[in-house]
Amino acid sequence: MSPPRRVLVRGAGVAGLACAVALAEAGATVTLAEAGPTIGSGASWKAGGMLGPWCEAETAPAGLVELALPALDWWRRQVPATRSAGTLVLALSRDGGELARYARRTEGHRTLDAGQLDALEPAFEGRFGRALFYPGEAHLDPRAALPALAHRLRALGGVVLTGRPDIPDGRFDDVVDCRGHAAREVLPGLRGVRGEMLLLRAPGVGLSRPVRLLHPRTPVYVVPRDDDVFMVGATMIESEERGPPRLRSMMELMGAAYALHPGFGEAEILEFAADLRPAFGDNMPRVVRDGATLHVNGMFRHGFLLAPVLAGQVVDAVLGGGSEPPAALVPLSRMR
Amino acid sequence: MRLYDVEIASRLLLGTAQYPSPDVLADAVRASGTGLVTVSLRRESAGQRAGQSFWSLIQDLGVRVLPNTAGCHSAREAVTTAQMAREVFGTDWIKLEVIGEQDTLAPDVFGLVEAARILSEDGFRVFPYTTEDLVAAERLLRAGCRVLMPWGAPIGSGRGLNNPFGLRAMRAHFPGVPLVVDAGIGLPSHAAAAMELGYDAVLLNSAVSQSGDPVAMAAAFRLAVEAGHAARLADPMEPRDMASPSTPVLGQAVL
Ligand SMILES: Cc1cc2nc3c(=O)[nH]c(=O)nc-3n(C[C@H](O)[C@H](O)[C@H](O)COP(=O)(O)OP(=O)(O)OC[C@H]3O[C@@H](n4cnc5c(N)ncnc54)[C@H](O)[C@@H]3O)c2cc1C
Repeated sequence: MSPPRRVLVRGAGVAGLACAVALAEAGATVTLAEAGPTIGSGASWKAGGMLGPWCEAETAPAGLVELALPALDWWRRQVPATRSAGTLVLALSRDGGELARYARRTEGHRTLDAGQLDALEPAFEGRFGRALFYPGEAHLDPRAALPALAHRLRALGGVVLTGRPDIPDGRFDDVVDCRGHAAREVLPGLRGVRGEMLLLRAPGVGLSRPVRLLHPRTPVYVVPRDDDVFMVGATMIESEERGPPRLRSMMELMGAAYALHPGFGEAEILEFAADLRPAFGDNMPRVVRDGATLHVNGMFRHGFLLAPVLAGQVVDAVLGGGSEPPAALVPLSRMR
Repeated sequence: MRLYDVEIASRLLLGTAQYPSPDVLADAVRASGTGLVTVSLRRESAGQRAGQSFWSLIQDLGVRVLPNTAGCHSAREAVTTAQMAREVFGTDWIKLEVIGEQDTLAPDVFGLVEAARILSEDGFRVFPYTTEDLVAAERLLRAGCRVLMPWGAPIGSGRGLNNPFGLRAMRAHFPGVPLVVDAGIGLPSHAAAAMELGYDAVLLNSAVSQSGDPVAMAAAFRLAVEAGHAARLADPMEPRDMASPSTPVLGQAVL
């Protein structure tokens, strides 16, 4: 029997952690090196943690739902705290047309009238006359899920190093590069799409599932966490600046949250932050082969949704599990 | 069509905001046949070189760029943004937007005229986003503008031409000035209607980017703009109150 392959994974965002765990589960000896002081120093720490393939399909290329579906079970298995409560999509009454458009362009939902909505989510107290419900969707807290993956990796014999941007490739059979936007200089066409978010504590609200509020100018979502905490996100700006959130963006996020539930008026502001979603031109991810290095990148808005699937492709590519070469692998030379 | 002495191949001008992805944007630009795209500087400019990737994508489209001052609420803000845009895009063309009212995003024509004057004196070629108000239009021309861009309806509303009477009056009033209907277009028929009124071009964004298939919609708008323009050149018949038979009556028995 050949000795286990030694794999170095760079970057402990959701991509790196998912790849590291999947590789370790498949028998590799994994070292995960993160440049930042802690795991989740990148975009993954700020994410909403929505696992919403049907809603995301509204603007994504065809095939996203099928691609992402296995991820939901993967998360339920890895992170038992993953909540499978579905997603609600709402619009203020004057934007009723937005709801009709969204319903037309997505699948996996049913329409709720005011009574059904109140039965499902009593916190709305009849403020919304109609909603779309996506029962198959789920959500998790990235700040619980990423540490859970790191814990799992260690339990499988893997090593997690932080503050280490510079481990040489030499000792390893394979390198999996999951550095997110930092890989921009080696991956042609990779860009950053700025997103801003807010964390609030609002004891008076009591929503139990992610809610997306459609709006012609600023669509916003609210994702519940434990202890009455809510993540409110997210702006989408074609900018590669990582600096602090702007007042205008925060006003939009807060205004939308307040429109959703007046209880947010009394919320404590725990945190606001901004980061860059790594993305390619079609906003879909790639696994790119560059010699002994595999790049897993470009997950855009779908890091949690797609990382498990890409991790599976990486396992096939590194350990040769699949009978044929995985189709999604792109050689670096073919990147624009 | 000539705008500020530059020949622009297509009468459809396209905005670049809010597409599902840069690849879809690029395909839509190609399908539209446009020769001039607007790009918003405001937000992308958060930092010095912050928007670099997106800008180079826009530059790769191979069409002329008209930066805009979208989201500016005062003449001063708009002037600053225009100056930044000139640096970044290396063009003195600027679509000037000064918003006066939050709900309708109606232009602040007072701030607009002032910013247009400052920018024109500074060598900019100003494309002002204005209303169909003839007095404001006159002032904009006096301030140095050589193109006028009245709204069809509020930005992003997709309502079409709210005031065809006002737009017709504007066309009649400024026969020699290139006029572009900017904003409010939702359907190809709206774009065709603007062209039939004798407008030189239409500028739109959401109607394409927010549609279910932006590439197909861009192609539909290309056809509509061509159709409306061809119809205008062909001198449409006048509407009549009476029916008039279109089959010749010659040779029919007269009883
Ligand atoms: C506000 C916001 C909300 C979002 N909401 C959702 C959501 O609800 N659902 C969803 O699926 N996605 C969401 N996303 C998208 C998601 O966050 C990204 O798709 C995902 O985080 C990308 O993961 P990544 O691991 O590729 O990158 P990152 O999380 O950025 O990880 C890259 C890591 O690499 C490290 N690194 C950099 N250089 C080196 C080096 N030289 N050596 C080692 N390590 C290095 C970085 O420090 C970082 O920790 C959201 C994004 C934002 C910004």
